[in-house]
Amino acid sequence: MKSLYIGLVLITGLALAYGTLDMPNFGDPNAPANHHVAPRYIEKTHEETGVENMVTSVLASYRGFDTFGETTVIFTAGICVIFLLRESGTGKKKKRTK
Amino acid sequence: MIEFILAKYNYWIYITLMMIGFYAMIAKQNLIKKIIGMNIFQTAVFLFYISIAKVKGGTAPIEWEKAVRYDNPLPHVLILTAIVVSVSTTAVALALIIKIYKAYGTIEEDKILEMNK
Amino acid sequence: MKDNIIIQIITRLLVPFIQVFGFYVIMHGESGPGGGFQGGVILGASIILYVIVFGIDEGRKLVSEKINDICNSTGVLIYGGVGILCMIAGGKFLEYNILPLGSAHFASHMGMLGIEIGVGMTVAAVMVTLFIETARQGK
Repeated sequence: MKSLYIGLVLITGLALAYGTLDMPNFGDPNAPANHHVAPRYIEKTHEETGVENMVTSVLASYRGFDTFGETTVIFTAGICVIFLLRESGTGKKKKRTK
Repeated sequence: MIEFILAKYNYWIYITLMMIGFYAMIAKQNLIKKIIGMNIFQTAVFLFYISIAKVKGGTAPIEWEKAVRYDNPLPHVLILTAIVVSVSTTAVALALIIKIYKAYGTIEEDKILEMNK
Repeated sequence: MKDNIIIQIITRLLVPFIQVFGFYVIMHGESGPGGGFQGGVILGASIILYVIVFGIDEGRKLVSEKINDICNSTGVLIYGGVGILCMIAGGKFLEYNILPLGSAHFASHMGMLGIEIGVGMTVAAVMVTLFIETARQGK
């Protein structure tokens, strides 16, 4: 059984290595990831938002709606853990009166 | 050939880490070891994404007078979101493992599948 | 860990400084590295340190269950509140330039500060919740 797992891992590793044959080199300034929208964020962040940290200006001003969704994700994780693990004995018990 | 291996060394590192995490997820029987494998897998994906952002001769993406070229700030933003999602998933998975332990008394996967038949 | 007196004293000395550092990282997210998520985790870690050294009951005297649950949801409410405030002032959702606070750059700064405070509050409260709920099962 273990040889099956190791074979599967090796096949996936070789397929991934084959996929990196035509990816750009490490630190290439002409890579297509640095061309579309990133130069606009770098040049115009001071005049449009007035903030020096480019990562914060993209996170809170240009893509602020995604950060809203992500705050909801971590709030949902907190609610799930409370719902699964909190026992009903904690907290104040209300007296039931007929 | 040597230049092909040395110029893209970040891809080899990320493939090695990803395969270690993948093996831990499918081959181990203990449930907590599977969750640790999932965490290693996610770390490999973050490493790949951030290594795309580096530009030769660029400094950190904060405005500075002596800077000539800046790194790409966009992958850093996306990975901040992904790290938070990874923490949330691990927390809910560990809470579910605690409930499974209370119901079955063990956390080995083959014993749980046997008890369910 | 309660009987070891060195750890007790060092923890009591260090926890306020860690909290001040967490607030500093949240507030200075715009001119240096930092922001809401990073500062929130530092704030949560200070309370987790206190709970690890002194026990869960002492930790509950510091942060009661009710306040923890309220802070969880108030962070998301502050975020949505800033967005709706921008809509009331006449712009679209989360458009900070419209707010009537002086120049457009200052309004943008204030909007981002409000957002980071909301995010930091939620992240800190959720970190403390996750730790205490998981650690309570060991009794």
